[in-house]
Amino acid sequence: MTEKSLQKQNSTDVKARSLWVDAFRRFKKNKMAVVSLIFLLLLALVGVITLVIDVVTDNSIYDQLVISQNLTQRFETPSSAHPLGLDEFGRDILLRIIWGTRYSLFMSIVAIIAAGLVGTVIGAIAGYYGGKVDNVIMRLMDIILSLPYMLLAIAIVAALGPGLVNVLISIAIGYVPEFARIVRASVMTIREREFVEAAKAVGASDKSIIFQQILPNAMAPLIVEVTMAIAGAILSIAGLSFLGLGIQSPTPEWGAMLTNARGYIRDAWHITVFPGLIILLTILALNIIGDGLRDALDPKLKD
Amino acid sequence: MHRYVIKRILMMIPVLIGVSFLVFLILAVSPGDPTRMILGQQASEEAIVAMREELGLNNNLFVRYFDYMADVLQGDFGVSWKTKLEVLPQVLGYFPNTLILSLAGILVAMLIGVPIGILSAKKQYTWIDNVTTVLGLIGVAMPNFWFGLLLVMLFSVTLGWLPSSGMGEGVALLPSLILPALTLGTGCAASIMRMTRSSMLESMRQDYIDTARSKGLKEGYITRVHMFKNALIPIVTVIGLQFGMLLGGAALTETIFSWPGLGRFMIESIKAKDMPMVLGSAMFLALTYSVVNLLVDILYAYVDPRIKAQYHSMGGKKRDRKIFAKAK
Repeated sequence: MTEKSLQKQNSTDVKARSLWVDAFRRFKKNKMAVVSLIFLLLLALVGVITLVIDVVTDNSIYDQLVISQNLTQRFETPSSAHPLGLDEFGRDILLRIIWGTRYSLFMSIVAIIAAGLVGTVIGAIAGYYGGKVDNVIMRLMDIILSLPYMLLAIAIVAALGPGLVNVLISIAIGYVPEFARIVRASVMTIREREFVEAAKAVGASDKSIIFQQILPNAMAPLIVEVTMAIAGAILSIAGLSFLGLGIQSPTPEWGAMLTNARGYIRDAWHITVFPGLIILLTILALNIIGDGLRDALDPKLKD
Repeated sequence: MHRYVIKRILMMIPVLIGVSFLVFLILAVSPGDPTRMILGQQASEEAIVAMREELGLNNNLFVRYFDYMADVLQGDFGVSWKTKLEVLPQVLGYFPNTLILSLAGILVAMLIGVPIGILSAKKQYTWIDNVTTVLGLIGVAMPNFWFGLLLVMLFSVTLGWLPSSGMGEGVALLPSLILPALTLGTGCAASIMRMTRSSMLESMRQDYIDTARSKGLKEGYITRVHMFKNALIPIVTVIGLQFGMLLGGAALTETIFSWPGLGRFMIESIKAKDMPMVLGSAMFLALTYSVVNLLVDILYAYVDPRIKAQYHSMGGKKRDRKIFAKAK
């Protein structure tokens, strides 16, 4: 950036140079994080496009290319027509991965946003009111946390049965305590600050103090946790599906694709390698973005 | 010291009650009528009513939980709906296999994670550090069930060196253990490595390291004794946590390698809709996990003399009050 444009920016939007603008500048310098972000945005874009295609064509493309079997061409290795090859039922693996984005990426996002909202409210209440309320809420959260995450998710799916919504619920519940803890900690440090006292002095209600004064200031750690949690959720959804408890074949969920591949490990390498690779890349990208965000939002923490 | 241990054990009781209630709540209140599961769809109304009475389903949740836990404490985890076998002997039969696998997994993770973490901290900002950092990131992001499949592909299918599934007996145990242990251990190794690195970097910056160097001690000795020993607490924590996770979450690895462990048994019971077996396995795994966490906490006091010293210098009650005040 040239000096002139920098000056211009400084003079025109001094107000906008908040924490977020500064953080974005620092984030931009982290090349790995920017590449990861672009990868993720592209993946999300592709996912949205498939949703639009399905709506417009009334699932006919989905049924034809992603679900319908073509046994004469099964296990065909990667070629120019099918860059990632065909699977055990002769379906194009690349298309299945692309159509699977919604189950892995979008479902994880939905689950984590749900967990984040619930956890935020719980944590804010605990942190703001303190005392007995805090004690009761946080002990409950501790109990959920003292179960291994995967065991909790498996137990919930076992009780509710497999299926999209049930997987969402089982993934979300395990992350609620994590968010509650983070928000509670932030709220406890922020509620003693002067601007909160000032808001109280002018007679603001508890609700408006929590949502308008405190929560915006607790956003930074929350956003970092959301990024990391989405990565964790993708892994869990894939894991549950791999165990046959999550999303079931022939739905092209990435983990479910691996379940089937396991049976044909002696016949073809590509049906195992690619679905796993896309899971790895997505989680890697999210983790790098999360690390980058943490460094950008709180430079003191770096190293 | 003993007081500390006893106190930690007593603090454990509410957690165990909470955890067991949560597991019971999730699994015992699942939708669907268990009597139909047991008696079949054609069962008569009277038989179902009688069965509901027998299973105590008409009682409220707390009574049912209390009854179940009273039985559990006497070693009675119930009877399978499908096979009519007792749950506890089944669970106890599969658990040692999970334990063997988890121990092997954590051993692999420690052998990989700790040395690489130390090396990468000692060589901070060199290419070695960069490579290991990237490997660590990949290791954490790797779905371990996928990594397991890749290992099978390479070592069983292509090279034919190791068995791809099952648990060998006697001499055959070791080869059958290698791939599952590697699968389980790699993800943990990455976490342990990252923690070792940052903890070592922290202790490298302390003044006593400069003192040690100016005394003319050898670098290797300083690394081992002055740096590593002081960096140990967070490393032990992460190892303990990971081990607990392995015990509770080995289901995936056990499924890939058809390892006859408790996790895989639980998954199969879920598929067979055999709730007493699922509840028994989940309960057993959850309680074991809590106990492992307790042991890790107690281990701290042994690893870190400061915790012990703190306790001795203050005397039990006073210290408890101080901690309580801090927590508030």
